[in-house]
Amino acid sequence: MNWIRQKIDQVKGPFEPGNKLEKYRPAINALDTFLFVPNHTTQKGAHIRDAVDLKRTMIIVVLALIPALIFGMWNAGYQHYIQLGENPAVFEAILHGAYKIVPMIVVSYGVGLGLEFAFAIMRGHEVNEGYLVTGLLIPMIMPIDIPLWMVALSVIFAVLIGKEAFGGTGMNILNPALTARAFAFFAYPTYMSGNKIWVSEASNVDSISGETILGSLAANKEISYNTAEMFTGIIPGSISETSTLCIAVGALILILTKVGSWRIILSGIIGAAVMGLIFNALNIEGNGLTNFPWYQHIIVGGFAFGIVFMATDPVSGAQTTRGKWIYGFLIGLFGIMIRVFNPAYPEGIMLSILLLNVFAPTIDHYVIQGNVKKRQKRLQMKTVKTA
Amino acid sequence: MPTDVKIKKGLKLNLQGEASETFGQAEKSKTVALRPSNFYSLVPKMVLKEGAKLKAGDEVFFSKYSDKTRVVSPVSGTLKEVRRGAKRKILDVIIEADEIQEYKDFGVMDPLKTDSSQVKERIFSTGLGVLLNQRPYNIPANADDTPKAIYISAYNTAPLTGSAEFILKDRVEFFQAGINALTKLTGGKVYLGVDKQSASFLKDVENIEVLNISGPHPAGNLGTLIHETEPMNRGDRVWTVNPEDVAIIGEQFKTGKYNAQRTVAVTGTSAKNRKYFKIIAGAEVKSILKDFEDNSRIISGNVLTGEKVEADGYLNFFANELTVIPEGNEYRMFGWIPFIDNNIHSMSKTSLSWLFPKRKYEVNTNINGEERALVVTGEMEEVMPLDIFPMQLIKACMAGDIEKMENLGIYEVVPEDFALIDYTNTSKIEAQSIIRGGLDIMITEVG
Repeated sequence: MNWIRQKIDQVKGPFEPGNKLEKYRPAINALDTFLFVPNHTTQKGAHIRDAVDLKRTMIIVVLALIPALIFGMWNAGYQHYIQLGENPAVFEAILHGAYKIVPMIVVSYGVGLGLEFAFAIMRGHEVNEGYLVTGLLIPMIMPIDIPLWMVALSVIFAVLIGKEAFGGTGMNILNPALTARAFAFFAYPTYMSGNKIWVSEASNVDSISGETILGSLAANKEISYNTAEMFTGIIPGSISETSTLCIAVGALILILTKVGSWRIILSGIIGAAVMGLIFNALNIEGNGLTNFPWYQHIIVGGFAFGIVFMATDPVSGAQTTRGKWIYGFLIGLFGIMIRVFNPAYPEGIMLSILLLNVFAPTIDHYVIQGNVKKRQKRLQMKTVKTA
Repeated sequence: MPTDVKIKKGLKLNLQGEASETFGQAEKSKTVALRPSNFYSLVPKMVLKEGAKLKAGDEVFFSKYSDKTRVVSPVSGTLKEVRRGAKRKILDVIIEADEIQEYKDFGVMDPLKTDSSQVKERIFSTGLGVLLNQRPYNIPANADDTPKAIYISAYNTAPLTGSAEFILKDRVEFFQAGINALTKLTGGKVYLGVDKQSASFLKDVENIEVLNISGPHPAGNLGTLIHETEPMNRGDRVWTVNPEDVAIIGEQFKTGKYNAQRTVAVTGTSAKNRKYFKIIAGAEVKSILKDFEDNSRIISGNVLTGEKVEADGYLNFFANELTVIPEGNEYRMFGWIPFIDNNIHSMSKTSLSWLFPKRKYEVNTNINGEERALVVTGEMEEVMPLDIFPMQLIKACMAGDIEKMENLGIYEVVPEDFALIDYTNTSKIEAQSIIRGGLDIMITEVG
């Protein structure tokens, strides 16, 4: 171990302050800190520090994503083979999925981390670990057949416009991963919606129904999947959003480690259930989505994935405890509402989360204002008493 | 009737290296230092020149902004040196102590039988005033104010701290006299916070309002006590006093002598002789710390709020602890991976250390990461028992937004209330120093 350390210190030599490559220090530091926790000691404030840091926190989110990712790979392969009338082995299915998905992940990380490093060097701060999560999320919410250059463009848009334009990590208003998806969705609608894109290479096979459940419902078609299939996720859809089961495992990891806010997840589910129940009760003529049972609303489409992995993003979400309840609830409520009322956007959750991202600071403002009012009232009481 | 102060939010840190409740023999400190930085915001004007002879209780310097804020010598001897820094700022005033101590005689006074204005006059004219701290801002009390209440906390919930009961057990009489004097300074109450669990003799002290404290740190912080009883508003003034300083004030009233005795608990895993020592406030570190591990950090105060000092330096005037812990200037391979290195305490569930709530941890000064943007939300609230929004207040302080700081409760906090946020926050931001910066802005802009 010591010799590795010595080797690294040797390599880092020219990057030390005062030397030629000083400017590029954040880049080399980012690599170094993945091997070693630095030897920095406290210089002001409390003399001791907790073991937690942002790397640990972000890696937990990546871990929580793994079940959904692996399942997504398998499902991509499985859907591909059954449309050809074949019944693939597990390994075969995963291999096909990996063949499609791994390059997307490589592109997403390559382009995104490249930008992150460039901005860190330009602005002279350390590389933030947030992109480790964003970079994995972006391919996971794309349709399987999306061209790699579109992934790259979406990443560039999300990092530049979604994040760095606002000042970098911690300052962004919108969730970067959803910004990437929204960009692709509006820039290349033919690659992001319709009924041919959800199953790998479906467009090569004629007369195959590769529609998502929501797509079929919006077109008032019968759906051929039962609740168990919806829950386990053996259905067409974006890569990793289909399996509510795997997402629930991820949610459990996030909640147990307290990395994700259980309040947002729970209130989101409640919000979606409430909206679903309202529509079930109304049962509007000619809209197949209104009488789709509320519990199935929660397990199909991007709802589960969105509420667990996107809505809980602490930067773009509400920051106060009470705010989190309201924020989550409204995401669920609006998500189902957009889904039902606007068949052109069957995936309402993405839009709903982005909308609430924008309103999260407003929600927080009113929560905080409550606290401020309490303080002002106390001051008023005091002035009255002394007057 | 004692009032209960019970809080739930916070963190009890169990650390190795407590001091045993016995007294060790301190070496006589040849010199003592009066450091203006120990009296925050005080800009000193010297009364005496280098070489002057003085008794314990003689005035050494006073505040440039109020000549009633006086700092007097804790020992008799010779003013040896005035150490200055940049722009001739006074850093230390070094006094060489005499072999036999001589005390200036202030005369005996029974505060209960004296008019309150005379008691106040005596406290501020004889240099006891700087033992009183003002909230908001945590700066020396202003003689022209009448505080709405006075708070003393005899239950320090921070890790590795001295026990006020042990420190005061032989000086109850002086403590009572000090309390009697303090009651004359305020129109309101004198609150004394004690551990609810203990059968402390301090609960029998007269003329006080006992606050029975229970809960994790920062339950015993003065900020918590004030918040739970009479929360601060804009324009309010509250004074706070260390328990041992109450005894110093009382002794001066009872005997006429200014005896600035400081009882210091030597704690921390790197210190070998972990006991209590009786010394003079501002004494040399080496008078009580000889034997300690190499590569250690010496902290005058506790690990959360103390001041870093050198082995040949001087103790903080007010601190009742001297904590010595290892410097953490070592690399840890793959230490960022979750659930690794569980021997390092973490409040976060990304480590398994929460499975062992009873375990006592050895700590060092490693930051365990690097500073990052503020990303994680909700974690600061978990260690903030006051009804304020910590992250929003920190941001307001960073932005220097006076109106926002006021609205979010800047008057109710001092840096030590944010010490646990320093410790626990994922982004490794320096909350205490940010809050101090915000308070400094308030001092200059609002006053």
